[in-house]
Formats: sequence, structure tokens, C-alpha cells
Amino acid sequence: MGTVVMPQMGESIVEGTITKWLKETGDAVERDEALFEISTDKVDSEVPAPESGVLEAVFFPEGETVEINTAVAFIGDGSKVGQHEPPAAAAAAAPPSPAPAVPQPAKPVAPAPAAPGRRIRSSPLVRRIAKEKGIDLSLLGKGSGAGGRITKKDILAFIESQERVAAGPVTAFPPAPESRFGDFEIQPLTAMRLSIAEHMVRTKRVSPHVSTVHEVDCTRIARLRSAAKERFLQQNGTKLTFMPFFLQAAASALKAYPAVNASLDGKDLVLHRDINIGMAVALDWGLIVPVIREADEKNLLGLQRAVNDLAQRARSKSLQPEEISEGTFSVSNYGSYNSLLATPAINQPQAAILGIGAVKKRPVVINDAIAIRSISYLTLSFDHRAIDGATADLFLEHMRGVLEDWSAPAL
Amino acid sequence: MHELAASGAAARCAPRTCAIRDLGRAAYREAWDYQLELVSARKRGAVCDQLVFVEHPPTITLGRNASSANVLADVARLRGMGVDLQETDRGGDVTYHGPGQVVAYPILDLKAWRRDVGAYLRALEEVVMATLRDFGVASRRVEGLTGVWVNDAKIAAMGVHLSRWVTSHGLALNVNTNLEHFGLIVPCGLTKPVTSLQEVLGKAVGMDSVVAAMGRRFGEVFDRRMVAAPAGA
Repeated sequence: MGTVVMPQMGESIVEGTITKWLKETGDAVERDEALFEISTDKVDSEVPAPESGVLEAVFFPEGETVEINTAVAFIGDGSKVGQHEPPAAAAAAAPPSPAPAVPQPAKPVAPAPAAPGRRIRSSPLVRRIAKEKGIDLSLLGKGSGAGGRITKKDILAFIESQERVAAGPVTAFPPAPESRFGDFEIQPLTAMRLSIAEHMVRTKRVSPHVSTVHEVDCTRIARLRSAAKERFLQQNGTKLTFMPFFLQAAASALKAYPAVNASLDGKDLVLHRDINIGMAVALDWGLIVPVIREADEKNLLGLQRAVNDLAQRARSKSLQPEEISEGTFSVSNYGSYNSLLATPAINQPQAAILGIGAVKKRPVVINDAIAIRSISYLTLSFDHRAIDGATADLFLEHMRGVLEDWSAPAL
Repeated sequence: MHELAASGAAARCAPRTCAIRDLGRAAYREAWDYQLELVSARKRGAVCDQLVFVEHPPTITLGRNASSANVLADVARLRGMGVDLQETDRGGDVTYHGPGQVVAYPILDLKAWRRDVGAYLRALEEVVMATLRDFGVASRRVEGLTGVWVNDAKIAAMGVHLSRWVTSHGLALNVNTNLEHFGLIVPCGLTKPVTSLQEVLGKAVGMDSVVAAMGRRFGEVFDRRMVAAPAGA
């Protein structure tokens, strides 16, 4: 009976990542039976159970990197399932897992707390666990102990249920056997489709999305663009589209509202000093978001070239990995597919994404007269954990100002 | 075709002996199943240490730490090119196997060598570097990474699985490999170029001579007497 520790796999190995638990809490285990799998650099290993018994507790979830000799589980006689406390010191000392390629799902956001003023009964141990895990005890409601007291069992069950909500991407692919009727063909999802699907489920689960839409008069930039069009093509060998205008306006707004040029990492808002704008590129086989680095330092020509280059290389699959990472904000130009208005999904872990609707001529009322103007609807979808509606609206109003009063020459 | 004569093999197996088995060309999955049999037999003590050589048809394999973003082509395109995609239980990210690549799968009980995965990887690197020296090629490690490089191009990749200190999977050395296929992936998540012995020497090299050299060097580095596996075993 005792703890199971992260084994030392070699002299120079100081930590290991738990890749898979092969047993669940409450399962009987035999001595020497594989209990969990760990990964250290280029080596994956199975770790056998040091003794026979019942797996009474697992202290670290899959994906967690743990220092060697840290207790990771407890094997007992089965009488104390779920009643063990994680080793406090070790848990605190465990380094945060290295920045994963796939952002960790954020802690699930708990339901609204119960009415204030209600007294919460619990023990010092329960309060300590709650403090360590950052749990508001009022969220647990009535406990199962005497007089509604919250017991250790209650809080551990709550933690487990919360962790289950936050657990891996499995929920992105629930089976739907009832869909297989009539004549059909099965097409397994491609690797890219799978990763898009996981990302989309994660972003919708992690970020409370809110979208706001502003109407922007693009007549001025439309005129500027048609006037400069031919000379721009002659001088630079590329067409001038609306995209660089929108990108420049977005970069300007991101400078003015740094909270939009940000990422949420746990309980920290990471305000980026660089303005790296990802642009969604539709591919025949999916979607990719290459990044225009330091977009605020580029002129219209530079932005146009970056847009053309990244889109072309996305389609020929010749993007470098660093060109699809470190975006601080994203843009989806669905207007090029004639969409007027959409609510794009946030590219995690960024705080917001801009959607650009098609620029179309419309009758609008100006000074009580009806005029024909080139109009586009801009959407900002934002993570309401990080940004409030007012900031989002000020951001779009800033963009509107830049676009409607555009004065810089296009050439 | 690769039946294991587990009984009897033990009797012929002296300590510090390693049997070499050259499977020739075999599909990735087939060779993996073969490894699993050997691992199980090795754990039971039914066979001694083993060194399996194989050459795979074009296959992209994803290790446990693999990011699918590092496969740059989609599955349909890979199939169209005749490239297989396999998920495995070895450590490491994405890699490519194909004709002209010498793949070595040591099935060693590290309890009888050193219980140290770092030392094991460094020893595999040493085997590759010594083998390359036999062909007059100088190679090196890169601090903080696993594998072997010639100048700045990776020539050999590694990924290992351990079960009770018995190893499986291992290393892949590009000899006459079609390097264009590496363009389908970001090898091991790294963006450095890859190379082959053929590219370094400017001429193709006999696969058998590389296998023979590697078998010898493996014996030296791991202090094992290398014996050819008995026919049919």
C-alpha cells in the first residue's frame, strides 16, 4: 500500500509527461501490470504497478509533466478510493507543462454562484483543497455531510466533474450511428479536418463568443482603389484589393485597443506588443491561418504582397511552421465569397477575430438624402471573458474612422 | 513468414548475445507486429537481445507526441502518392520511412545494460555515427536534440518505446532515401533539412553493406556478441 511515483528513467532525465493512464481510479491492479504511460523526449515507456491492490487515487491527469519521484497515484486496499490528497508540495512544485502545440483547454467556467449570505459549512481540509484548486465553495451547493456540510468526497467529486468537462478533445467526435441510413459513403476526416474540428469545439467551449457588427462606408477607399488600380498593377505586378486597407485599419485599431491584441492564458491576459495578424485562407481541403507578422509596420503594398504570398503558399502547402504560429489577432475575409455578414469563431488563444463582409453598393441615408455608397459590414467576434462589448465597439469605430477618412495615397 | 521459434532459441542464447534479423522489405505494421512478438518473448526471457533490420515502403508515422499539424499533406493526397500513414506508440513526433532507408529496431532488455533512456539514445546515436565513419562520413549530435546530423542536415531519426525496460522501435538512417517525401512532413517537428548517405557521398550505397556495418558497430557500442538469427527462427 503506498504511493506510486514518477520513475527516474535515466541520469539526465528530471521529469516525465504522463501520456496515458491505463487504469482508472477504483480499478484493481496487479503488481507489474502496466499502470500508466510516460513520455520523455523521444522515448515512451509503460510504468508497471509497484504492487497489487486498488488504484485509490490518481494525482495528475494525462498530459501533465511531473518531476521524477513525485507521487502520481496511490495504490491501497480499496477502502479509501478518492480520499487521498495530492502531495501538496509536489503539486505546487510541479512545473507547468511546457507550452503545448495545442493550447490547453481553459478551466471550465463554473455556474453562477449561489445567493450571497448563505453560510457554507465545510472543514479546514475542504477549504484548503478549494483554495489550492481555486474553487468557490458556494458553487457546490449543499454538501452530503451532516447539516449540509461539504465533505472532502463532495469537493473531490466536484473537481473530477469539472476536469471531465475540461478533458481532451474526445467530445469533438461523438458517435452518431443514426446518421448511417440509406445509401451513403463513409469519408474518414483528414488530419487537417480533425485538427480544425478539435480547434472549433475547443474554441466554442473555452471562449464565450459575442459578436458585434458595424456598418462601414467604404466609398472613399473604393474610389482610391479604382483610381490607383492600374498603376498599382503596372508598378508592382499585383492587383490592389480591399484587404490591405482593412488590415491597416485593423492594425491601427489594435494599437489603440491593446486588450483586443491579446491572448488569455489561464487567469492572465497576455497583451502582445507585436501585431501579428492571422488571415484565414480557404483551401480545397480545409482552412489554414498564416500570420502576417508586424502588420502595423507594413504599408499597403507590403500588406498586399504578404496577403498574396501567404495565400499562394498556403494553397501549394509550402508554408513554414513558424508562419502559422504566434498570431495575436485574426481576420476572416468571407466577403471575398460574397458573404455579407458572419460571426467568425475565435482562433484560440486569441481574444478576438475580425470578419469582413463583401463591399457592396447600397442606398444609404446621409443628411436626410438617399445616396449610393459602398458599404461593408465588419464583425468583431470577441472572447467576453477578456473583452467587454464597449471595447469591441470602440475597436470597430476606430476601424470605421480610419477607413471612412482614409487620406493616405494608395501608391 | 517471420515465425518465431521461441522455444529452443533461449537455449541457444548466451548472455550478452544479440541476434540480428534482417527482414528485408516489410510493411510498417507487419514489422511492428513482429517487434511486439519479440518484445513479449524477450520479457519472458524466451529469446536474447535482438536487432531487427527492415526497409519499409513509403510510410509516415506519428509518434505519441506527434502534432498532426506536422503532416503537411492530407491523407487523400498521401494515399494517392502511395504513402501509408500509421500511428505508433514510439516516442517522438512525425517521421517518414521509405525505400532506401535502413531501419533498425533493437529489442534490448536495458535492465541487462543500463537503466537509462538518455544513455540508450546517445548509444544509438553513437552506433549511427560509427557506421557513417565506416563510409568516410563525419556526423554529429545536436545539443538538446535526438538524432544524427551531417553538417546541418539530419540523416538519422530516433523514437523508442519501453515496456519494462525492453526496447522497441529504434532508428532510421537515410541511405538512398527519396528525400522529396520528407517535404510531406515537418520531420520531428523540426524545420531543418534532411539528408542521406547518398546525397552526402554523391553516389548510391549498397543497403546490405550499411546493414552489415551497423550490425558490427551495434555490437561494439552495446558490448554484445552479434550472431545471425538461425534460419527460420
